[in-house]
Amino acid sequence: MNGVQVSTTVNGDVEEFVCHPGETLLEVLRNRLGLTGAKEGCGTGDCGACSVIVDGQLVCSCLVLGAEVEGRKVATVEGLADGNRLHPLQDKFLEHAALQCGICTPGFLVAAKALLDDNPDPTEEEIRYALAGNLCRCTGYDKIVRAVDAAAAELRKSSKKKASGRKK
Amino acid sequence: MAAHDVMPDIELFQPVTVEDASAIARRLEGRGWVLAGGQDTYGWLKDRAKTATAMIDLGTIEALSGIEETADGVRIGAMTTLRTVSRDPLIRERYALLAEAAGKVASPQIRNQGTLGGNVAQDTRCWYYRRGLSCYRAGGNICYADSPEGMNREHAILGASRCVAVSPSDTGTALVALDAVMVIQNGGSVRRVPAAKFFVGPAVNITHMTVLREGDILTAIELPAAWAGAEHYFEKVADRDVWDFALVSIAAAFRTSGNAIEDARLVCGAVSCVPHRLNAVERAVIGRPRSEETAESVAGLASQGAKPLNFNHFKAPLMENLVKRALRS
Ligand SMILES: Cc1cc2nc3c(=O)[nH]c(=O)nc-3n(C[C@H](O)[C@H](O)[C@H](O)COP(=O)(O)OP(=O)(O)OC[C@H]3O[C@@H](n4cnc5c(N)ncnc54)[C@H](O)[C@@H]3O)c2cc1C
Ligand code: FES
Ligand code: FES
Repeated sequence: MNGVQVSTTVNGDVEEFVCHPGETLLEVLRNRLGLTGAKEGCGTGDCGACSVIVDGQLVCSCLVLGAEVEGRKVATVEGLADGNRLHPLQDKFLEHAALQCGICTPGFLVAAKALLDDNPDPTEEEIRYALAGNLCRCTGYDKIVRAVDAAAAELRKSSKKKASGRKK
Repeated sequence: MAAHDVMPDIELFQPVTVEDASAIARRLEGRGWVLAGGQDTYGWLKDRAKTATAMIDLGTIEALSGIEETADGVRIGAMTTLRTVSRDPLIRERYALLAEAAGKVASPQIRNQGTLGGNVAQDTRCWYYRRGLSCYRAGGNICYADSPEGMNREHAILGASRCVAVSPSDTGTALVALDAVMVIQNGGSVRRVPAAKFFVGPAVNITHMTVLREGDILTAIELPAAWAGAEHYFEKVADRDVWDFALVSIAAAFRTSGNAIEDARLVCGAVSCVPHRLNAVERAVIGRPRSEETAESVAGLASQGAKPLNFNHFKAPLMENLVKRALRS
């Protein structure tokens, strides 16, 4: 079987790999690039545990081929924190106890990141719709929604600060 | 039964022209699988319920994406994602019915990657068939869903013929309502098929849900100006309000003059193998206003001829109620 040579950017780093034509992006991330944050819950697009962002768009990496990300930009949960400093979404998930077993958490964090990049001030309904493709068997969702809402507020506060800091 | 999470060994072609994609598909003679966003495809291949040995990726053909205004309406490239269709300002302004239907498909993840072409060309979700059982649709001689023990709550109440599977496409109903035209290319020849004829039921062909055959590439979907800016109504009823297939849906478009309906399209999804046009209702509402009274008097026509299975009797009154809601507002 011929391998497909792929050159892409993952969390800002250039990555080159050779994969099987049918190999999913999820398999590439976990097995070839050592990025095990994205999880496989179902492999069929139902659970969202494998969510990553490709060129700004949230996708299920179990339903994208490694070969399809040639020349594109991939962002995974590993790219969320800034060194040792957690992203506000991660802080708020901890603070609100928005996880129990944690298998769905990376997917929810990435889905929430995609939402807030697009809409910094979502209503509760918008949050629930944006996270509809992510399933959680433990939390009952409410804490997750509250954590995302709190992180959105935090991010708005800090971007305001940055903006007024620039003016001075 | 194979595991659901591993793709088979398979080849991948990434042509850059429609002619090449079509030629590769014909050369592979049924071993090839046209690949758009993959959101239906990978499920089939992972389950080993279909046995293609090569995928022909349309993602590398730039000409297939994008939305443009034409002399007679709007043309949407088949590879345009459902997310783009649901958010595009031109579609939202003139064909809000389609924007709404596209925005109701699955989850954000799947709308970001799934395409409009793939949404109308996708295969049924009947679980017996998708499990790879040898039913009529798969070339066998039994319908498991329509057997005494069959689980058929989601299946057809209209237009069934041996097979009782339904079309799962949410955009299909909207496209039939808008008199859309499917542009299909095979090699150098192009044919244009009305949406209503693009979908085929089991009485016509029991193994294919659309007219697409080997070498056919759906290149674009054209929306005629005739229905631009019309009044419309879309509603999808599912067990979960988002991220779920329709139990019954309705896509309706109305052109009115004064108070009276001059022309109407009402199409139900998930009740038949094809988007099901409600011809009798359409005829009955001509000349009448969109009102409670009209709704009450014509709704009964919606489910005429329905033959419910053991577990889906609810679909007939649901169709009628959706027709009422479409006619009220
Ligand atoms: C969890 C989940 C939930 C879903 N929920 C819904 C839902 O609520 N409503 C709904 O309508 N759908 C739903 N879907 C089904 C479907 O996968 C998507 O709607 C999507 O639109 C399919 O598009 P795609 O581009 O990914 O298609 P693909 O998987 O790439 O293609 C689907 C089929 O169409 C053929 N095809 C695609 N494009 C072309 C073309 N241009 N020319 C010729 N043949 C072509 C392919 O060969 C294949 O047979 C769901 C899927 C999943 C996994
Ligand atoms: S593992 Fe991809 S959606 Fe569940
Ligand atoms: S925390 Fe266990 S599935 Fe969500």
